Amino acid sequence: MSDILRIENVTKRFGRLAAVDGVSFGVPEGSCFGLLGPNGAGKTTTIEIMEGISSPTGGRVLFRDEPIDRRFKAKVGIQFQSTALPEFITVKETLELFSSFYDRPRPMDEVVELCSLADILGRDNRKLSGGQRQRMLLALAIIPMPELVFLDEPTTGLDPQSRRNFWDLIARIKAERTTVVLTTHYMDEAQLLCDRIAIMDRGRILDIDSPDALLEKHFKGVLIRLPYDGCCSDALSGLEGLVMRDDSIELQTEALDRSLKELLAAKVDLTGLSIHKPNLEDLFIKLTGNALRS
Amino acid sequence: MVLKQFRALFKARTMEYVRDRGTFYWNLIFPVLLVLGLAFAFSGGDDKLFKVGFVGGPDPSVRLLGMEQVQAVPYPDAESALRRLARHQIDFFVDFTTSGYAVNEESSKGRLVRELFLAQLAASPGGAAGFSETSVVGKAPRYVDWLVPGVIGMNMLFSSLFGVGFVIVRYRKNGVLKRFKATPVAALNFVSAQAASRLVIVLLTSAFVFAGTNAVLRFMMRGSYLNLLLLTVLGILCMISLGLVFASRMRSEEMANGVLNIVTFPMLALSGVFFSLEGSPAILRTVSRAFPLTHFIEGARAIMLDGAGLAAVAPNMAVLAGLTVVFLAIAAALFQWE
Ligand SMILES: Nc1ncnc2c1ncn2[C@@H]1O[C@H](COP(=O)(O)OP(=O)(O)OP(=O)(O)O)[C@@H](O)[C@H]1O
Ligand SMILES: [Mg+2]
Repeated sequence: MSDILRIENVTKRFGRLAAVDGVSFGVPEGSCFGLLGPNGAGKTTTIEIMEGISSPTGGRVLFRDEPIDRRFKAKVGIQFQSTALPEFITVKETLELFSSFYDRPRPMDEVVELCSLADILGRDNRKLSGGQRQRMLLALAIIPMPELVFLDEPTTGLDPQSRRNFWDLIARIKAERTTVVLTTHYMDEAQLLCDRIAIMDRGRILDIDSPDALLEKHFKGVLIRLPYDGCCSDALSGLEGLVMRDDSIELQTEALDRSLKELLAAKVDLTGLSIHKPNLEDLFIKLTGNALRS
Repeated sequence: MVLKQFRALFKARTMEYVRDRGTFYWNLIFPVLLVLGLAFAFSGGDDKLFKVGFVGGPDPSVRLLGMEQVQAVPYPDAESALRRLARHQIDFFVDFTTSGYAVNEESSKGRLVRELFLAQLAASPGGAAGFSETSVVGKAPRYVDWLVPGVIGMNMLFSSLFGVGFVIVRYRKNGVLKRFKATPVAALNFVSAQAASRLVIVLLTSAFVFAGTNAVLRFMMRGSYLNLLLLTVLGILCMISLGLVFASRMRSEEMANGVLNIVTFPMLALSGVFFSLEGSPAILRTVSRAFPLTHFIEGARAIMLDGAGLAAVAPNMAVLAGLTVVFLAIAAALFQWE
């Protein structure tokens, strides 16, 4: 599959801080691309450079192998992490306003249905709740029938039902061959939606691949997790694949039998032990060294 | 396409204004109240002096000019003095160069001064000879007649500068501009729609203030409404363009508020909204020539009080048009979405 959008060696500096530091990757056409990373990692900065909203300090952005031009804006839909909506006008009027900006906008009924806005059409933008507002911003992003949509934390602040609706929506626009680039702090969401994931921290890409390939690459076997009270650290320190945390230990293993026996031999209290298949959350923590800071 | 975007933006901005009830009513009611209040406050009699204008060296035989109750005002030429006589700004006029005098037949004070003058001439030996009379007509404009163009101009200034300047800065700060930037809308189209919406709004509020105060005060309107409309449109465009200059870059509302206040204050003080600048230091009058408000008020007063035609106010209109072009060019060069 060819890349619809590619960034090459992109850097963005704010004074001495390199918010994005030499980042390159491609977004395959028709895919859902997820950008993950702790707060301040540079996700918003990166996605806004991809959107053509801010210009990079160095490097370039290519849309279908060409530098982005004026027509680019008519082909993409954007949801910012935070923006105000025009005041004193209603949701319906705002949708009409933004529809007027495009040659062939998505029919209003469809937008309303996709983003579940029917109940709040007559409401003033200022009076929307956080989640309603989020749905409204999403609606503005899909009005253009975009070839490419950028969604910066689209589900932050949504209730579980709305989040599921959002997942359905992504499935539907992907079925239209629309390419999706999103950032999120929810690993289950990334796992479910994204064909490709880039994990970034401090302005750099730590790794990038499909979720399954990433897990395959970074985790062998399963994870054993155990509450830890500080005892027997000497006996434990010999174990292979062990990670000590403040109040728990984690053991990554391909040979579950042997590891369990070793733990028994070390006379650790096995109450509260859990075994699970590593998921993106584990990977995220492993790579960024941080608990999720969302 | 561009037109469709423009119409939608225009509509959205206008609705935003109309629905912002506080600002809406304030813009309409405040100027009317201000005019009515000032009209009431200044409805008392004029000062008791007679003002007598003259041209040429005073003739000692005309003792009138030396009287205690008379303020003698020298004029460089008869024409400007006669204009003021018609407006009742002076009560009587003596031209020593041509040995003539003039009186406004509609002014009782003027007629009184004439009696005094003729009596004095008759009493002085040989003095009566040669002075011929001209008469002019013209109603005395009240202070309110003079004030209305000033207050309408002031309202225009605030509504244009803040309604465009401040609002765009607020859009920039809260990210509404960024949201528009992410669409195919061109900056020029967006800004034009803002300006057009504001032009219509200010024009309508000005008409409302005009009609509202007129209903109560029946003020003087001697010129053509069409000319007044033309001047008003030019004035509003000029002030909106000035607002756009300030809106082009600033990102803080507090800063915008401060700067706009700093700009409007000297304009209000020096453009002759509430009192005439005649007799103030030349430097102030020179500075005030640079302000759009001065030219609007001057032109509007000429049309309304003197019945001036298009030719007479053309210089004011030319300055307004010129300033508009300059302001727009600066705003276009400076403008940034973010
Ligand atoms: N305009 C700016 N001026 C200065 N520093 C900035 C600016 N924008 C972002 N930064 C800094 O750049 C870094 C990356 O910010 P960015 O918004 O891209 O993070 P993020 O990954 O989107 O975080 P979050 O998950 O909290 O949204 C942060 O350290 C931030 O403080
Ligand atoms: Mg962000």
